[in-house]
Amino acid sequence: MQEYCVGPAEAIAEGGRLVVDCDGIEVGVFRLKGALVAWHNVCPHRQGPVCQGRIYARVIEPVAADGTTRLLAYAEDEPHLVCPWHGYEFDLETGRCQGRAAMRLRPARLREDGGVVYVSL
Amino acid sequence: MDAKPIPAARPLPVQEIDVFTDTREVLRHAQQGARKRGFQDWLICDVDAHHVETVNWHEMVRYIEDPVIRHQAMLFHQEKTGGAPYGLNGDAGLKYQDVGGCIPHQAGVREPVDDTSVHRDVTLTRRAMQALGIDYMVLFPTPMLTLGLHPQPEMEVHLSRAYNHWLIDNVLKVDNRIKTLAYLPFNTPREAEAMIGEFADQPGVIGFCVPSVRHKALHHNDYMRCYAMLEELGKPVAFHAAYHWQDPSLATVNRFLGMHALGFAWCNMVHMTNWILNGIPERFPKLKSIWVESGLAWVPFLMQRLDDQYLMRPSEAPQLKRLPSEYMREHCWYTTQPMETVNMKALQVTLEMINAESQLLFASDWPHFDFDLPQEIYDLPFLSEQAKRNILGLNAAKLFGLDPRPVKTL
Repeated sequence: MQEYCVGPAEAIAEGGRLVVDCDGIEVGVFRLKGALVAWHNVCPHRQGPVCQGRIYARVIEPVAADGTTRLLAYAEDEPHLVCPWHGYEFDLETGRCQGRAAMRLRPARLREDGGVVYVSL
Repeated sequence: MDAKPIPAARPLPVQEIDVFTDTREVLRHAQQGARKRGFQDWLICDVDAHHVETVNWHEMVRYIEDPVIRHQAMLFHQEKTGGAPYGLNGDAGLKYQDVGGCIPHQAGVREPVDDTSVHRDVTLTRRAMQALGIDYMVLFPTPMLTLGLHPQPEMEVHLSRAYNHWLIDNVLKVDNRIKTLAYLPFNTPREAEAMIGEFADQPGVIGFCVPSVRHKALHHNDYMRCYAMLEELGKPVAFHAAYHWQDPSLATVNRFLGMHALGFAWCNMVHMTNWILNGIPERFPKLKSIWVESGLAWVPFLMQRLDDQYLMRPSEAPQLKRLPSEYMREHCWYTTQPMETVNMKALQVTLEMINAESQLLFASDWPHFDFDLPQEIYDLPFLSEQAKRNILGLNAAKLFGLDPRPVKTL
Protein backbone atom coordinates (compact mmCIF):
# COMPACT_ATOMS: atom_id res chain seq x y z
CA MET A 1 0.00 0.00 0.00
CA GLN A 2 1.42 3.36 -1.03
CA GLU A 3 0.81 6.51 0.96
CA TYR A 4 0.44 9.95 -0.68
CA CYS A 5 0.54 13.41 0.82
CA VAL A 6 -2.64 15.28 -0.07
CA GLY A 7 -1.70 18.58 1.59
CA PRO A 8 -2.57 20.71 4.60
CA ALA A 9 -5.83 19.78 6.29
CA GLU A 10 -6.77 23.43 6.70
CA ALA A 11 -6.87 23.78 2.91
CA ILE A 12 -10.07 21.75 2.88
CA ALA A 13 -12.79 23.94 4.37
CA GLU A 14 -16.09 22.72 5.77
CA GLY A 15 -18.21 21.56 2.83
CA GLY A 16 -15.17 21.73 0.57
CA ARG A 17 -13.07 19.15 -1.21
CA LEU A 18 -9.73 18.39 -2.76
CA VAL A 19 -9.67 15.87 -5.59
CA VAL A 20 -6.18 14.57 -6.26
CA ASP A 21 -4.32 12.24 -8.58
CA CYS A 22 -2.02 9.71 -6.92
CA ASP A 23 0.00 8.26 -9.78
CA GLY A 24 -3.13 7.49 -11.79
CA ILE A 25 -5.49 6.74 -8.92
CA GLU A 26 -7.84 9.61 -8.17
CA VAL A 27 -9.23 10.34 -4.73
CA GLY A 28 -11.55 13.01 -3.39
CA VAL A 29 -11.05 14.25 0.17
CA PHE A 30 -14.07 16.05 1.64
CA ARG A 31 -14.63 17.86 4.93
CA LEU A 32 -17.98 17.10 6.44
CA LYS A 33 -19.19 18.09 9.90
CA GLY A 34 -15.61 18.91 10.78
CA ALA A 35 -14.20 15.51 9.83
CA LEU A 36 -12.43 14.41 6.66
CA VAL A 37 -13.65 11.58 4.47
CA ALA A 38 -12.02 10.19 1.31
CA TRP A 39 -13.54 8.35 -1.65
CA HIS A 40 -12.12 6.99 -4.89
CA ASN A 41 -13.08 9.20 -7.82
CA VAL A 42 -14.83 6.35 -9.59
CA CYS A 43 -18.59 6.03 -9.61
CA PRO A 44 -19.67 2.41 -9.04
CA HIS A 45 -22.34 2.90 -11.68
CA ARG A 46 -20.22 3.57 -14.78
CA GLN A 47 -16.86 4.76 -13.50
CA GLY A 48 -17.74 8.43 -13.79
CA PRO A 49 -15.75 11.14 -11.92
CA VAL A 50 -18.10 11.14 -8.95
CA CYS A 51 -15.84 13.20 -6.67
CA GLN A 52 -15.94 16.06 -9.19
CA GLY A 53 -19.72 16.20 -8.95
CA ARG A 54 -21.83 18.72 -7.13
CA ILE A 55 -22.84 18.32 -3.50
CA TYR A 56 -26.53 18.61 -2.71
CA ALA A 57 -28.46 17.96 0.47
CA ARG A 58 -30.68 14.92 0.14
CA VAL A 59 -34.15 15.80 -1.13
CA ILE A 60 -37.05 14.66 1.04
CA GLU A 61 -40.80 15.00 0.79
CA PRO A 62 -42.43 15.40 4.21
CA VAL A 63 -45.75 13.57 4.55
CA ALA A 64 -48.37 15.11 6.85
CA ALA A 65 -50.33 13.06 9.40
CA ASP A 66 -53.24 12.83 6.98
CA GLY A 67 -51.02 11.30 4.29
CA THR A 68 -50.83 14.39 2.12
CA THR A 69 -47.75 16.17 0.82
CA ARG A 70 -47.18 19.79 -0.08
CA LEU A 71 -43.53 20.84 -0.39
CA LEU A 72 -40.19 19.25 -1.02
CA ALA A 73 -37.34 19.96 1.38
CA TYR A 74 -33.59 19.53 1.74
CA ALA A 75 -32.31 17.34 4.58
CA GLU A 76 -29.48 19.77 5.32
CA ASP A 77 -27.53 17.31 7.49
CA GLU A 78 -27.43 14.66 4.77
CA PRO A 79 -25.17 15.93 1.98
CA HIS A 80 -25.13 13.87 -1.18
CA LEU A 81 -22.31 13.68 -3.66
CA VAL A 82 -23.86 13.52 -7.14
CA CYS A 83 -22.00 11.91 -10.02
CA PRO A 84 -21.87 14.45 -12.87
CA TRP A 85 -22.20 11.74 -15.52
CA HIS A 86 -25.63 10.30 -14.69
CA GLY A 87 -26.78 11.86 -11.42
CA TYR A 88 -26.28 8.84 -9.16
CA GLU A 89 -26.39 10.16 -5.58
CA PHE A 90 -24.19 8.96 -2.72
CA ASP A 91 -24.33 9.85 0.95
CA LEU A 92 -21.13 11.82 1.40
CA GLU A 93 -20.62 10.47 4.90
CA THR A 94 -21.33 6.75 4.35
CA GLY A 95 -20.83 6.40 0.59
CA ARG A 96 -24.17 4.63 0.27
CA CYS A 97 -26.10 5.04 -2.99
CA GLN A 98 -29.52 6.62 -2.67
CA GLY A 99 -32.07 3.94 -3.50
CA ARG A 100 -29.59 1.09 -3.88
CA ALA A 101 -27.88 0.37 -0.58
CA ALA A 102 -25.68 -2.41 -1.97
CA MET A 103 -23.93 0.09 -4.23
CA ARG A 104 -21.37 2.22 -2.42
CA LEU A 105 -18.47 4.53 -3.07
CA ARG A 106 -15.08 2.95 -2.51
CA PRO A 107 -13.36 4.49 0.53
CA ALA A 108 -9.70 5.50 0.61
CA ARG A 109 -7.68 5.21 3.82
CA LEU A 110 -7.06 8.59 5.32
CA ARG A 111 -4.60 9.81 7.94
CA GLU A 112 -4.07 13.27 9.40
CA ASP A 113 -0.71 13.96 11.03
CA GLY A 114 0.60 17.33 12.14
CA GLY A 115 -2.08 19.14 10.17
CA VAL A 116 -1.21 17.27 6.98
CA VAL A 117 -3.56 14.85 5.19
CA TYR A 118 -2.35 11.53 3.73
CA VAL A 119 -4.20 8.85 1.81
CA SER A 120 -3.12 5.21 1.43
CA LEU A 121 -3.97 3.34 -1.75
CA MET B 1 18.56 4.44 6.87
CA ASP B 2 16.40 7.40 5.82
CA ALA B 3 12.65 6.84 5.52
CA LYS B 4 11.36 6.84 1.96
CA PRO B 5 9.77 10.23 1.13
CA ILE B 6 6.00 10.22 0.79
CA PRO B 7 5.04 11.26 -2.74
CA ALA B 8 2.76 14.25 -3.14
CA ALA B 9 -0.66 13.80 -4.67
CA ARG B 10 -1.44 16.15 -7.57
CA PRO B 11 -4.64 18.21 -7.33
CA LEU B 12 -6.85 17.76 -10.39
CA PRO B 13 -7.17 20.94 -12.47
CA VAL B 14 -10.97 20.69 -12.32
CA GLN B 15 -12.28 20.17 -8.82
CA GLU B 16 -15.96 20.45 -9.67
CA ILE B 17 -17.38 19.79 -13.12
CA ASP B 18 -19.81 22.37 -14.45
CA VAL B 19 -21.28 23.48 -17.78
CA PHE B 20 -18.02 25.21 -18.71
CA THR B 21 -15.82 22.15 -18.18
CA ASP B 22 -14.14 20.82 -21.31
CA THR B 23 -15.84 17.70 -22.70
CA ARG B 24 -12.47 15.92 -22.66
CA GLU B 25 -12.23 16.46 -18.91
CA VAL B 26 -15.85 15.47 -18.28
CA LEU B 27 -15.27 12.26 -20.22
CA ARG B 28 -11.64 11.66 -19.18
CA HIS B 29 -12.58 8.43 -17.42
CA ALA B 30 -14.38 7.27 -20.55
CA GLN B 31 -11.24 7.68 -22.61
CA GLN B 32 -9.20 5.82 -20.01
CA GLY B 33 -11.79 3.04 -20.13
CA ALA B 34 -11.68 2.96 -23.93
CA ARG B 35 -7.88 2.63 -23.96
CA LYS B 36 -7.93 -0.01 -21.24
CA ARG B 37 -10.36 -2.11 -23.27
CA GLY B 38 -8.34 -1.79 -26.48
CA PHE B 39 -11.02 0.07 -28.44
CA GLN B 40 -8.38 1.33 -30.85
CA ASP B 41 -8.87 -1.89 -32.78
CA TRP B 42 -12.66 -1.94 -32.53
CA LEU B 43 -14.94 -0.18 -34.97
CA ILE B 44 -17.32 1.83 -32.81
CA CYS B 45 -20.28 3.57 -34.40
CA ASP B 46 -22.46 5.78 -32.26
CA VAL B 47 -25.82 5.75 -34.00
CA ASP B 48 -27.44 8.39 -31.80
CA ALA B 49 -25.69 11.46 -30.41
CA HIS B 50 -26.90 15.04 -30.25
CA HIS B 51 -26.06 18.66 -30.55
CA VAL B 52 -28.22 21.58 -29.45
CA GLU B 53 -29.26 23.08 -32.74
CA THR B 54 -31.08 26.01 -31.13
CA VAL B 55 -27.71 27.48 -30.10
CA ASN B 56 -27.15 28.01 -33.83
CA TRP B 57 -30.73 28.89 -34.75
CA HIS B 58 -29.80 32.43 -35.82
CA GLU B 59 -27.37 30.87 -38.33
CA MET B 60 -29.78 28.18 -39.38
CA VAL B 61 -32.69 30.45 -40.27
CA ARG B 62 -30.55 31.91 -43.05
CA TYR B 63 -31.01 28.54 -44.78
CA ILE B 64 -34.83 28.79 -44.83
CA GLU B 65 -35.89 28.46 -48.45
CA ASP B 66 -39.02 30.63 -48.32
CA PRO B 67 -37.79 34.24 -48.74
CA VAL B 68 -40.56 35.76 -46.62
CA ILE B 69 -40.23 33.30 -43.75
CA ARG B 70 -36.43 33.60 -43.96
CA HIS B 71 -36.60 37.39 -43.76
CA GLN B 72 -39.01 37.29 -40.83
CA ALA B 73 -36.91 34.72 -38.99
CA MET B 74 -33.73 36.76 -39.43
CA LEU B 75 -35.45 39.90 -38.15
CA PHE B 76 -36.86 37.89 -35.24
CA HIS B 77 -33.37 36.91 -34.18
CA GLN B 78 -31.94 40.39 -34.71
CA GLU B 79 -34.63 42.29 -32.86
CA LYS B 80 -36.64 40.10 -30.52
CA THR B 81 -35.71 39.86 -26.87
CA GLY B 82 -36.16 36.67 -24.90
CA GLY B 83 -34.08 34.33 -27.00
CA ALA B 84 -36.75 31.89 -28.21
CA PRO B 85 -35.87 30.14 -31.49
CA TYR B 86 -37.99 31.43 -34.36
CA GLY B 87 -40.86 29.16 -35.35
CA LEU B 88 -39.98 26.33 -32.99
CA ASN B 89 -42.76 24.69 -31.01
CA GLY B 90 -42.01 22.82 -27.81
CA ASP B 91 -42.45 22.62 -24.11
CA ALA B 92 -40.74 25.90 -23.17
CA GLY B 93 -39.42 25.62 -19.62
CA LEU B 94 -40.33 22.00 -18.89
CA LYS B 95 -36.80 20.86 -19.60
CA TYR B 96 -35.69 19.32 -16.33
CA GLN B 97 -33.33 16.73 -17.77
CA ASP B 98 -30.30 17.96 -15.82
CA VAL B 99 -32.00 17.15 -12.46
CA GLY B 100 -31.71 20.65 -11.09
CA GLY B 101 -28.10 21.11 -12.14
CA CYS B 102 -26.87 17.69 -11.00
CA ILE B 103 -25.81 16.71 -14.52
CA PRO B 104 -24.08 19.76 -16.04
CA HIS B 105 -23.37 18.40 -19.55
CA GLN B 106 -27.13 18.00 -20.03
CA ALA B 107 -27.75 21.60 -18.98
CA GLY B 108 -25.22 23.00 -21.43
CA VAL B 109 -21.95 22.29 -23.19
CA ARG B 110 -20.58 25.81 -22.80
CA GLU B 111 -16.87 25.11 -22.74
CA PRO B 112 -14.35 27.38 -24.45
CA VAL B 113 -13.44 26.54 -28.04
CA ASP B 114 -10.48 28.42 -29.49
CA ASP B 115 -10.34 26.77 -32.90
CA THR B 116 -12.22 29.02 -35.31
CA SER B 117 -11.24 27.07 -38.43
CA VAL B 118 -14.28 24.81 -38.07
CA HIS B 119 -17.76 25.28 -36.61
CA ARG B 120 -17.92 24.99 -32.84
CA ASP B 121 -20.24 21.97 -33.12
CA VAL B 122 -17.58 20.14 -35.13
CA THR B 123 -15.06 20.67 -32.34
CA LEU B 124 -17.51 19.63 -29.63
CA THR B 125 -18.49 16.50 -31.54
CA ARG B 126 -14.85 15.61 -32.17
CA ARG B 127 -14.06 15.99 -28.48
CA ALA B 128 -16.86 13.61 -27.54
CA MET B 129 -15.85 11.10 -30.21
CA GLN B 130 -12.25 11.19 -29.06
CA ALA B 131 -13.17 10.67 -25.41
CA LEU B 132 -15.70 7.91 -26.02
CA GLY B 133 -13.55 6.09 -28.60
CA ILE B 134 -16.03 6.57 -31.45
CA ASP B 135 -15.15 6.10 -35.14
CA TYR B 136 -18.41 7.43 -36.58
CA MET B 137 -20.98 9.51 -34.75
CA VAL B 138 -24.52 10.09 -36.02
CA LEU B 139 -25.68 13.53 -34.99
CA PHE B 140 -29.33 14.39 -34.32
CA PRO B 141 -30.96 17.67 -33.32
CA THR B 142 -32.56 17.99 -29.87
CA PRO B 143 -35.51 20.44 -29.47
CA MET B 144 -36.52 19.79 -33.07
CA LEU B 145 -37.52 16.26 -32.10
CA THR B 146 -41.01 17.55 -31.27
CA LEU B 147 -41.38 19.47 -34.52
CA GLY B 148 -43.79 16.76 -35.70
CA LEU B 149 -46.42 18.34 -33.43
CA HIS B 150 -46.07 21.76 -34.98
CA PRO B 151 -49.46 23.41 -35.63
CA GLN B 152 -48.10 24.70 -38.96
CA PRO B 153 -47.09 21.71 -41.12
CA GLU B 154 -45.33 24.07 -43.50
CA MET B 155 -43.10 25.31 -40.66
CA GLU B 156 -41.89 21.73 -40.10
CA VAL B 157 -40.88 21.76 -43.78
CA HIS B 158 -39.16 25.17 -43.60
CA LEU B 159 -37.21 24.39 -40.46
CA SER B 160 -36.23 20.81 -41.26
CA ARG B 161 -34.97 21.75 -44.73
CA ALA B 162 -32.99 24.63 -43.28
CA TYR B 163 -31.58 22.40 -40.55
CA ASN B 164 -30.51 19.68 -42.97
CA HIS B 165 -28.77 22.21 -45.22
CA TRP B 166 -27.13 23.98 -42.28
CA LEU B 167 -25.84 20.71 -40.82
CA ILE B 168 -24.41 19.52 -44.12
CA ASP B 169 -22.66 22.82 -44.87
CA ASN B 170 -21.27 23.50 -41.42
CA VAL B 171 -20.62 20.07 -39.93
CA LEU B 172 -20.97 17.08 -42.25
CA LYS B 173 -18.88 18.48 -45.13
CA VAL B 174 -16.10 19.32 -42.68
CA ASP B 175 -15.63 15.93 -41.04
CA ASN B 176 -16.58 12.68 -42.76
CA ARG B 177 -16.66 10.83 -39.43
CA ILE B 178 -19.75 12.81 -38.44
CA LYS B 179 -22.96 11.56 -40.05
CA THR B 180 -26.65 12.22 -39.86
CA LEU B 181 -30.01 10.70 -40.62
CA ALA B 182 -31.64 13.67 -42.31
CA TYR B 183 -34.88 14.98 -40.84
CA LEU B 184 -37.99 14.19 -42.88
CA PRO B 185 -41.01 16.54 -42.48
CA PHE B 186 -43.48 13.67 -42.29
CA ASN B 187 -46.56 15.87 -41.80
CA THR B 188 -46.21 16.81 -45.46
CA PRO B 189 -45.53 13.53 -47.31
CA ARG B 190 -44.81 15.15 -50.70
CA GLU B 191 -42.15 17.35 -49.12
CA ALA B 192 -40.69 14.29 -47.37
CA GLU B 193 -40.46 12.51 -50.72
CA ALA B 194 -38.71 15.54 -52.21
CA MET B 195 -36.27 15.60 -49.30
CA ILE B 196 -35.40 11.94 -49.78
CA GLY B 197 -34.59 12.63 -53.42
CA GLU B 198 -32.65 15.79 -52.67
CA PHE B 199 -30.63 14.65 -49.67
CA ALA B 200 -29.96 10.94 -50.22
CA ASP B 201 -26.57 11.57 -51.80
CA GLN B 202 -25.54 14.59 -49.75
CA PRO B 203 -22.28 14.36 -47.75
CA GLY B 204 -22.73 12.60 -44.42
CA VAL B 205 -26.38 11.64 -44.98
CA ILE B 206 -26.57 7.89 -44.33
CA GLY B 207 -30.33 7.61 -43.91
CA PHE B 208 -33.36 9.54 -42.78
CA CYS B 209 -35.11 10.29 -39.52
CA VAL B 210 -38.74 10.68 -38.59
CA PRO B 211 -39.10 12.02 -35.05
CA SER B 212 -41.54 9.68 -33.32
CA VAL B 213 -43.49 12.34 -31.43
CA ARG B 214 -46.32 12.94 -33.86
CA HIS B 215 -49.97 12.12 -34.23
CA LYS B 216 -50.07 10.98 -37.86
CA ALA B 217 -50.00 7.21 -38.24
CA LEU B 218 -46.89 5.82 -39.91
CA HIS B 219 -48.97 3.26 -41.81
CA HIS B 220 -51.06 5.91 -43.61
CA ASN B 221 -51.20 5.39 -47.35
CA ASP B 222 -49.68 8.84 -47.84
CA TYR B 223 -46.31 7.45 -46.73
CA MET B 224 -46.05 4.44 -49.01
CA ARG B 225 -44.17 6.38 -51.67
CA CYS B 226 -41.59 7.44 -49.07
CA TYR B 227 -41.08 3.86 -47.94
CA ALA B 228 -40.77 2.66 -51.53
CA MET B 229 -38.14 5.32 -52.24
CA LEU B 230 -36.17 4.48 -49.10
CA GLU B 231 -36.33 0.77 -49.85
CA GLU B 232 -35.10 1.33 -53.37
CA LEU B 233 -32.26 3.59 -52.21
CA GLY B 234 -31.31 1.17 -49.43
CA LYS B 235 -31.37 4.04 -46.92
CA PRO B 236 -32.66 3.21 -43.43
CA VAL B 237 -35.41 5.22 -41.77
CA ALA B 238 -35.02 5.91 -38.05
CA PHE B 239 -37.89 6.63 -35.72
CA HIS B 240 -36.29 8.77 -33.06
CA ALA B 241 -38.21 8.86 -29.78
CA ALA B 242 -38.69 11.87 -27.53
CA TYR B 243 -40.96 12.93 -24.71
CA HIS B 244 -44.01 15.09 -24.99
CA TRP B 245 -45.62 16.04 -21.71
CA GLN B 246 -48.73 17.37 -23.41
CA ASP B 247 -49.55 13.84 -24.57
CA PRO B 248 -52.97 13.18 -22.96
CA SER B 249 -51.94 9.65 -22.06
CA LEU B 250 -49.27 11.13 -19.76
CA ALA B 251 -51.49 13.84 -18.31
CA THR B 252 -51.49 12.37 -14.80
CA VAL B 253 -47.72 11.91 -14.55
CA ASN B 254 -46.33 14.73 -12.41
CA ARG B 255 -42.67 13.70 -12.13
CA PHE B 256 -40.30 14.36 -15.01
CA LEU B 257 -38.70 10.99 -14.27
CA GLY B 258 -41.97 9.14 -14.89
CA MET B 259 -42.95 11.16 -17.92
CA HIS B 260 -39.52 10.78 -19.49
CA ALA B 261 -39.31 7.05 -18.76
CA LEU B 262 -42.71 6.36 -20.30
CA GLY B 263 -42.74 8.98 -23.04
CA PHE B 264 -39.54 7.87 -24.75
CA ALA B 265 -40.76 4.28 -24.97
CA TRP B 266 -44.47 4.93 -25.50
CA CYS B 267 -44.23 6.85 -28.78
CA ASN B 268 -42.26 4.06 -30.41
CA MET B 269 -44.44 1.33 -28.90
CA VAL B 270 -47.47 2.87 -30.59
CA HIS B 271 -45.69 3.31 -33.91
CA MET B 272 -44.20 -0.18 -33.85
CA THR B 273 -47.63 -1.68 -33.14
CA ASN B 274 -49.04 0.05 -36.21
CA TRP B 275 -45.95 -0.72 -38.28
CA ILE B 276 -46.25 -4.44 -37.68
CA LEU B 277 -50.03 -4.94 -37.61
CA ASN B 278 -50.42 -3.05 -40.89
CA GLY B 279 -47.81 -5.26 -42.50
CA ILE B 280 -45.27 -2.61 -43.51
CA PRO B 281 -42.44 -5.19 -43.37
CA GLU B 282 -44.48 -7.42 -45.71
CA ARG B 283 -45.12 -4.56 -48.12
CA PHE B 284 -41.52 -3.31 -48.06
CA PRO B 285 -39.43 -6.34 -47.05
CA LYS B 286 -36.11 -4.64 -47.73
CA LEU B 287 -36.94 -1.40 -45.93
CA LYS B 288 -34.70 -1.02 -42.89
CA SER B 289 -36.31 0.64 -39.87
CA ILE B 290 -34.35 1.71 -36.80
CA TRP B 291 -36.02 2.38 -33.48
CA VAL B 292 -33.99 4.99 -31.65
CA GLU B 293 -33.68 6.07 -28.01
CA SER B 294 -36.47 4.07 -26.46
CA GLY B 295 -34.12 1.75 -24.58
CA LEU B 296 -34.64 -1.98 -25.06
CA ALA B 297 -36.95 -3.32 -22.36
CA TRP B 298 -40.07 -2.33 -24.29
CA VAL B 299 -39.19 -4.63 -27.18
CA PRO B 300 -39.69 -8.04 -25.49
CA PHE B 301 -42.85 -6.75 -23.82
CA LEU B 302 -44.35 -5.69 -27.14
CA MET B 303 -43.21 -8.88 -28.88
CA GLN B 304 -44.99 -11.04 -26.33
CA ARG B 305 -48.08 -8.87 -26.19
CA LEU B 306 -48.55 -8.66 -29.94
CA ASP B 307 -47.81 -12.36 -30.52
CA ASP B 308 -50.42 -13.45 -27.98
CA GLN B 309 -53.08 -11.08 -29.26
CA TYR B 310 -52.35 -11.71 -32.94
CA LEU B 311 -52.88 -15.45 -32.65
CA MET B 312 -56.34 -14.84 -31.22
CA ARG B 313 -57.28 -12.25 -33.84
CA PRO B 314 -55.26 -12.93 -37.04
CA SER B 315 -58.10 -11.65 -39.23
CA GLU B 316 -57.35 -8.12 -37.97
CA ALA B 317 -53.79 -8.22 -39.28
CA PRO B 318 -54.27 -10.15 -42.52
CA GLN B 319 -50.99 -9.10 -44.09
CA LEU B 320 -48.95 -10.98 -41.52
CA LYS B 321 -47.55 -14.36 -42.49
CA ARG B 322 -45.58 -14.81 -39.30
CA LEU B 323 -45.64 -13.71 -35.68
CA PRO B 324 -45.24 -9.99 -34.98
CA SER B 325 -42.10 -10.77 -32.98
CA GLU B 326 -40.50 -12.38 -36.01
CA TYR B 327 -40.87 -9.20 -38.02
CA MET B 328 -39.56 -7.22 -35.08
CA ARG B 329 -36.41 -9.33 -34.84
CA GLU B 330 -35.66 -9.61 -38.54
CA HIS B 331 -36.83 -6.38 -40.16
CA CYS B 332 -36.14 -3.89 -37.39
CA TRP B 333 -32.97 -2.55 -35.82
CA TYR B 334 -32.68 -1.01 -32.37
CA THR B 335 -30.29 1.41 -30.75
CA THR B 336 -29.02 0.47 -27.31
CA GLN B 337 -29.48 3.63 -25.30
CA PRO B 338 -30.70 4.07 -22.63
CA MET B 339 -29.89 0.42 -21.98
CA GLU B 340 -31.66 -0.91 -18.89
CA THR B 341 -28.93 -2.61 -16.86
CA VAL B 342 -30.19 -3.00 -13.29
CA ASN B 343 -31.46 -6.54 -13.95
CA MET B 344 -28.78 -8.27 -16.02
CA LYS B 345 -30.80 -11.46 -16.40
CA ALA B 346 -33.64 -9.49 -17.98
CA LEU B 347 -31.16 -7.70 -20.23
CA GLN B 348 -29.71 -10.99 -21.42
CA VAL B 349 -33.18 -12.29 -22.35
CA THR B 350 -33.96 -8.98 -24.05
CA LEU B 351 -30.84 -9.16 -26.21
CA GLU B 352 -31.61 -12.75 -27.15
CA MET B 353 -35.19 -11.90 -28.09
CA ILE B 354 -34.25 -8.99 -30.36
CA ASN B 355 -31.45 -10.96 -32.02
CA ALA B 356 -28.91 -8.42 -30.80
CA GLU B 357 -26.02 -10.00 -32.65
CA SER B 358 -27.36 -8.62 -35.93
CA GLN B 359 -30.09 -6.09 -34.99
CA LEU B 360 -28.60 -4.03 -32.19
CA LEU B 361 -26.69 -0.78 -32.76
CA PHE B 362 -24.66 1.01 -30.11
CA ALA B 363 -25.77 4.54 -29.29
CA SER B 364 -24.41 6.93 -26.67
CA ASP B 365 -27.00 9.75 -26.76
CA TRP B 366 -24.21 12.06 -25.62
CA PRO B 367 -24.54 14.73 -24.16
CA HIS B 368 -27.83 13.78 -22.54
CA PHE B 369 -28.26 12.79 -18.91
CA ASP B 370 -28.79 9.09 -19.56
CA PHE B 371 -25.93 8.67 -22.03
CA ASP B 372 -24.24 5.28 -22.41
CA LEU B 373 -20.62 4.41 -23.05
CA PRO B 374 -19.28 1.72 -25.41
CA GLN B 375 -17.88 -0.09 -22.38
CA GLU B 376 -21.43 -1.00 -21.31
CA ILE B 377 -21.57 -3.39 -24.25
CA TYR B 378 -17.95 -4.53 -23.96
CA ASP B 379 -18.39 -5.44 -20.29
CA LEU B 380 -21.54 -7.56 -20.71
CA PRO B 381 -20.60 -11.02 -19.43
CA PHE B 382 -22.98 -13.04 -21.59
CA LEU B 383 -22.01 -11.84 -25.07
CA SER B 384 -19.37 -13.33 -27.37
CA GLU B 385 -16.61 -11.05 -28.61
CA GLN B 386 -18.10 -11.18 -32.10
CA ALA B 387 -21.52 -10.14 -30.78
CA LYS B 388 -19.91 -7.20 -28.97
CA ARG B 389 -18.04 -6.13 -32.10
CA ASN B 390 -21.24 -6.36 -34.12
CA ILE B 391 -23.25 -4.28 -31.66
CA LEU B 392 -20.55 -1.67 -31.15
CA GLY B 393 -19.91 -1.04 -34.83
CA LEU B 394 -20.12 -3.82 -37.40
CA ASN B 395 -23.93 -3.98 -37.50
CA ALA B 396 -24.02 -0.24 -38.18
CA ALA B 397 -21.28 -0.51 -40.81
CA LYS B 398 -23.31 -3.13 -42.63
CA LEU B 399 -26.59 -1.26 -42.29
CA PHE B 400 -25.22 2.10 -43.45
CA GLY B 401 -22.52 0.88 -45.83
CA LEU B 402 -19.63 2.28 -43.78
CA ASP B 403 -16.02 1.08 -43.99
CA PRO B 404 -15.70 -1.47 -41.15
CA ARG B 405 -12.08 -0.55 -40.43
CA PRO B 406 -11.52 1.66 -37.36
CA VAL B 407 -10.39 5.18 -38.27
CA LYS B 408 -10.06 6.83 -34.87
CA THR B 409 -6.89 7.46 -32.89
CA LEU B 410 -7.37 6.90 -29.20
